[in-house]
Amino acid sequence: MQETQLQRVQEAVARCRDLPGALLPMLHAIQDDLGYVPPEAVPTIAKALALSRAEVHGVISFYHHFRSAPPGRHVIQVCRAEACQSIGAERLVARLRERLGIDFHGTTADGAVSLEAVYCLGNCACAPAVMVDGALRGRVTEAVLDEIIDTAALVDEHVGVAGGAR
Amino acid sequence: MTVRIFVPRDSSAVSVGADAVAKAIADEATRRAIPVAVIRNGSRGMLWLEPLVEVETPAGRVGYGPVTVADVPKLFDAGFDRGAPHPLCIGPVDAYPWLAKQERLCFARAGVTDPLSWSEYVAHGGSRGLRAALAMTGADAVAAVTESGLRGRGGAAFPTGIKWKTVLDTAADQKYVVCNADEGDSGTFSDRMVMEDDPFVLIEGMAIAGIATGATVGYIYLRSEYPYAERALMAAIETARSVGVLGDDVLGSGRRFELHVRRGAGAYICGEETSLLESLEGKRGMVRFKPPVPAISGLFGKPTVLNNVITFASIPIIFDRGATFYRDYGRGRSRGTLPIQLAGNIKQGGLVEKAFGVTLNELLYDFGGGSASGRPIRTVQVGGPLGAYIPESQFDVPLDYEAYASIGAMVGHGGIVVFDDTVDMARMARYAMEFCAIESCGKCTPCRIGSTRGVETIDRIIEGRDRGAQLAILEDLCNTMLSGSLCALGGMTPFPVMSALKHFPQDFGLGPDGLAAAA
Repeated sequence: MQETQLQRVQEAVARCRDLPGALLPMLHAIQDDLGYVPPEAVPTIAKALALSRAEVHGVISFYHHFRSAPPGRHVIQVCRAEACQSIGAERLVARLRERLGIDFHGTTADGAVSLEAVYCLGNCACAPAVMVDGALRGRVTEAVLDEIIDTAALVDEHVGVAGGAR
Repeated sequence: MTVRIFVPRDSSAVSVGADAVAKAIADEATRRAIPVAVIRNGSRGMLWLEPLVEVETPAGRVGYGPVTVADVPKLFDAGFDRGAPHPLCIGPVDAYPWLAKQERLCFARAGVTDPLSWSEYVAHGGSRGLRAALAMTGADAVAAVTESGLRGRGGAAFPTGIKWKTVLDTAADQKYVVCNADEGDSGTFSDRMVMEDDPFVLIEGMAIAGIATGATVGYIYLRSEYPYAERALMAAIETARSVGVLGDDVLGSGRRFELHVRRGAGAYICGEETSLLESLEGKRGMVRFKPPVPAISGLFGKPTVLNNVITFASIPIIFDRGATFYRDYGRGRSRGTLPIQLAGNIKQGGLVEKAFGVTLNELLYDFGGGSASGRPIRTVQVGGPLGAYIPESQFDVPLDYEAYASIGAMVGHGGIVVFDDTVDMARMARYAMEFCAIESCGKCTPCRIGSTRGVETIDRIIEGRDRGAQLAILEDLCNTMLSGSLCALGGMTPFPVMSALKHFPQDFGLGPDGLAAAA
C-alpha cells in the first residue's frame, strides 16, 4: 500500500469511526475511494474500532462486495440469477469467458477487465442484465456484450495516451 | 407553449437507453426550435415498453415506446410533441389496458411524477397519511395498521400491526425503524422501483412507523447492487429534511424522526431480518437465534420495527384513506394489494399491482402476453430463489398467502419468473442448491453442509448414477434442511428443488411417476 493510500484509508476511518455500526460504512468508504480494501488497512481499521484484525478480516471476507485486491480498470458484473437465466444469461457468461479468457472473480492479464457474478440487479423484466462500472444494462445480447468489451478497450487506449502525455 | 415530455429515470429504463433518448429529444427539439421541457419521471412499470416517452397533451399524456435514439427525429417528423400517431404510439397512457386494469395503491404515483419533487408528491396525495398519523395516539395508529390487515410484504407475511404493537408496548430509551431494502430475490424489483420512482412514500411510511411506535431513528438497509436507488434515496432524504418531514420537528409536531441509508455488501442472507441487523451493527451477516424477536430486541438490542420497503410504502395510503379502504381489497386473510413483478422470459414484463386473488393465468397471458421467446410457458417460479416451481396445472390458483401455502408454494415478495419449454428443471434444482451454498451464512449445519451435498446428489441423479438411492438421499436431505435450518434460506431451498422434482421428473431422467427406471 502506498503512502497516499494509507492516508486515504486514515481519512475514511476518521470519517466513519463514530457512526453506530461503523465497520461496513468504513469499508465502503475505503473501497469506494481505492477500489478495494487493502489488507494493510486492516490493522488501522481494527484499532479504530477496538476490534481484532481477525474480526475485521472476517467481515471483509464474508461479503461478496468487498475486495482485497485491486480490480481491473473496468468491472463487468453479469447477473446469474433465475430471471436472467430464463432468457439467456448463461450464453452471455459463455461469451464473456471466451472473449476475456477469464472466469468469475478473474481479471484479464492486461488489467483491463474484471469479471464478477452477481445475483440479481433488479432488472428482471429487461433481462438479461449486466452492470458495467456501475452502469446498468438491460436486454443484453452477445452483440451488445461485444460492443461493451470493445468500448472498454477503446476507452483504455484513450486513457493510455492521456496518461503518456502526462 | 412549452411541451412537457417525460422520459423515465428508473434504472431499468436507463439500462435500455433512457438517458440517451432524453438527451436526443432535448437536442432535436433545440434543432427544430420547438420549446420542450424534458422531465425525468419514474417508470410506469411497463418495462417492455421502456424507454416509454410520454408527451403531455390537452387530452392527457400520450405514450410512445420503446423509443430508441434513432426513433427520435422520426417521432418529431410525425408530430409526437402534439401527441400525433406513430407506430410506437400506445395512446393515452392512463387508459392503456395493461395499466388501467391494475389497482395501484402503493404505486399510484410511480411514473406519473418526478420522483424527487416534493411538491408533486404532495400534489398527488403524498404526506396526508403522515399528517393523519401525527394527529393520532400511538395506540390508535398501530390499531389502524392492524385493522388494515396489512402483512409483511417482504415474504414472511407476518401481520404488520402485531409487530408494531410489540414495539409500541416494549419500553426502551431508544427504538428503531429499519427498512429491509435488501431485495435479493431474482425476479423482484418492486422495492427498487419504489425507491427510484416514488422514494418519498417510503420515507413517509417509515416516519409514520416511528411516530406510531415511538422510534426516533430509522435506517434503510439497501443492497449494494442498487446504486441508482441509493442516489435517489439520498436526494429524497435531503429534500425530506429540508421540508421538515425528517428531523427534530416532523411537520411541526414537535416529534423527532431521523433517517439514514446504509449500504449492504452483496450478501443475499442479509435480507433475512436478524442477519440484516447484524450487518447494520457492522458484523458478518450471521443469522441470530429467535427469540428474542427484533420487535423486542432488534438493532443494538433495542425494540425495532423491521419491515420491507413495500410494507412501509403501503402505510401512507392506509392512514390517508383509512384502514377499511385498504382491507376492502384482497381476499381471505390476504388483504390489500400486492405489487407483482413479471420477469424473466415474458413478453410484457413489469410491475402489476393487483388486489390478492389474481391468478397466474391472468398475469402470464392477459398482462404478460405469453413468453418473450414465443415458446410455450412451461413453469414459473414465484417468490424468488426459495419459491416453488409451479406447473401449468396450477396456474389458476388465486394468488394469496394461504392458497399458495396449500399447494406447497409461496407468494413471497411477489416476484414471478417465467420459463419456456427449453428450461432444464434438473439444472434449476441444482442451481437452487448451488445458490444456497454460495449464500449460506454458515451458522447452521443443514444449510451450510446440506446445500453442498445437495448439489453433489443432484449431479449424481443427472448423471444417472444409482438414481433410486440418490433420490432417497435428496429427499432426506431436503427434509433435514426444511426442519433443521435456522432461517428460511436453508429451510426453503428444498421448495424449488422438490417442486422441480415433483412436477418435472422427466428432466431428472425419471419416469412420470417420479421413480427411477429399473436398471
